[in-house]
Amino acid sequence: MNPEPLLSVRDLSVRFGLKGQDTFTAVDEVSFEINPGQHLAIVGESGSGKSVTALAIMGLLPQRGVKVSGEVRYRGTELLGKSRREMSRLRGREIAMVFQDPMTSLNPVITVGKQLSEVLRRHFGISESEALERGVELLNRVGIPDAGRRIREYPHQMSGGMRQRVLIAIGLACEPKLLIADEPTTALDVTIQAQVLEVLKELVADTDAALLMITHDLGVVAGMCEDVRVMYSGRIVESAHRDQLFAEPRHPYTGGLLESIPRLDSPRGARLTPIPGSPTQTIPWSQGCAFAPRCSRRVEACTESAPVLEHTGDRDLRCFHPLGAEATTTAGAAAPTTTDTPEATS
Amino acid sequence: MTEPLLDVRGLKVHFPIRKGLVLNRVVGAVRAVDGVDLTINPGATLGLVGESGCGKSTLGRAILRLAPVTEGSVLFDGTDVADLSGEKLRQMRRHMQMVFQDPMASLNPRQSVETILTEPLRAHRIPFDETRVRRLLDQVGLPASAARKYPHEFSGGQRQRIGIARAVALEPRLVIADEPVSALDVSIQAQVLNLLDDLQEQLGLTYLVIAHDLAVVRHMADEVAVMYLGGIVEQADADELYAHPTHPYTKALMSAVPVPDPKIEATRERIILQGDLPSPSNPPTGCRFHTRCPFRQETRCDDERPELREVRPGHRVACHFAEEIAAGKITARELDLTPV
Repeated sequence: MNPEPLLSVRDLSVRFGLKGQDTFTAVDEVSFEINPGQHLAIVGESGSGKSVTALAIMGLLPQRGVKVSGEVRYRGTELLGKSRREMSRLRGREIAMVFQDPMTSLNPVITVGKQLSEVLRRHFGISESEALERGVELLNRVGIPDAGRRIREYPHQMSGGMRQRVLIAIGLACEPKLLIADEPTTALDVTIQAQVLEVLKELVADTDAALLMITHDLGVVAGMCEDVRVMYSGRIVESAHRDQLFAEPRHPYTGGLLESIPRLDSPRGARLTPIPGSPTQTIPWSQGCAFAPRCSRRVEACTESAPVLEHTGDRDLRCFHPLGAEATTTAGAAAPTTTDTPEATS
Repeated sequence: MTEPLLDVRGLKVHFPIRKGLVLNRVVGAVRAVDGVDLTINPGATLGLVGESGCGKSTLGRAILRLAPVTEGSVLFDGTDVADLSGEKLRQMRRHMQMVFQDPMASLNPRQSVETILTEPLRAHRIPFDETRVRRLLDQVGLPASAARKYPHEFSGGQRQRIGIARAVALEPRLVIADEPVSALDVSIQAQVLNLLDDLQEQLGLTYLVIAHDLAVVRHMADEVAVMYLGGIVEQADADELYAHPTHPYTKALMSAVPVPDPKIEATRERIILQGDLPSPSNPPTGCRFHTRCPFRQETRCDDERPELREVRPGHRVACHFAEEIAAGKITARELDLTPV
């Protein structure tokens, strides 16, 4: 459909476990593409494999005890299997990452300026003073007041919101083509979150970077990203444009998430509809749908075999008995393939 | 009018900052809670919202006397808890219990669920038998077999249920829930919120729900108080507050909450605050919010601390210019986020 995607992830799987021991599959045949300038969100709860996906793309998973398979192509070049040296030439320059916790992802004994100029010196080969000068500019751009003084400070002298801005500045220092942001505002208060998201949005737009946002917060997604992939237990279960996804979620998990969140604009006092059970209550995909134990729309087929991700109407869906499929199914006996389900009206 | 169950008046909690090894002089104070008035009627839920560092948790703890009260009174059913000590305080605590934020950290990993749930009963020398434990577990939606297990055998949501069961074991009248769901996965939060709703109905509980999440508070509370840097800046009936947020801080807080709906996200107006929360050991003069307020005026804001005053029936706001802002006579300054 599109000329050449910036990043193309195909059948990416990540398994943890040492040789001869049971392995745990954190990411299970995940595929998606990001085009230049596109903003894509991967949504999921703890343990869904969303962060591991990001780390696998960046080549930041440990070598021992981890098996990564599949394809990760950046502008046509395969990234998996690249040497550490090759990857570090790419990281920061072409693909950069902003981590969740600004407390632990900045080095506490090195000044902010040094950490910021490091990436510039490494990729542009400029002098320290020149890099610092650019660093001040960058801190200014992420809205840190008095940047000239702040750049000489250590991370502990800054507040959480400031530190997160510093991380964004470092991430965007070399104007990468793709920025991966892993829960960039989860550790922050709402008013600070709003500041940081605004900065992130503006800078990503200014530098024309593509954004891969990893989050559990559907509210943040609604404001930031056009396309959404919902992950559950290592697999993508629903993939759609945000307008369709929010207006008419079709996977019961997506629908459940949206209904279980108390919202500022919903009628007050209305009872919430929670998803029963907990994310740890799951079955392996080999035995059926991992969400089946918690699913209110479970049918027999769900625990017999695993549904596949299929293109239906305006989105990709991995479900035997999706929401809004009443027309074609009778209770207890969903058609195993839902490709002919009438298209969602939106 | 009914007598309020809890009536907090002029409550202050100051933590001294000491300096020097020998003299150990007090050189200042962190004014975590600095003059708060609150009332909660029996059976009602008051939501207390604010960001980290605003003093909301300290306020909750001070009501239970888990934090020292520097000044002011905490009237619980007519008795001043702030004055009590020893046996009398212990007796009083039977009627006021707390649900903590992190169920991982607030349950003893070496105690079985049964021990955890019966500890409050033993502490208050209330006779109990096995059925009591089973009934408690049943009330919070856990199977009877849970009694013999240990906290690590449960998921986060289940652990929070245990914490809630412990809080209601003594059949208290007031339950203070400090961030009861913020440590839980999104899909689990609703379960715990519904459970709290059900228990309130069954046991006739009065709640003080402390949270940073405006949507959670809105869901739970009949009345909401917004706290900023040790003081309450706005308080009203929940519907009224969310329909007509009047204090600039409340407005900003509300506009900052992301709504999971792209259409709303694309169109709604945002007030973005500049800077961070000032230090409570050296709070700004005048209105504490004036350093970040987009509506700040030349007069009064910098040097006169606004009192909570009624601007509409039952709606109290601590802002000098609440009416002018509401009438649109004062508009927000544009904030430059990315100075060039």
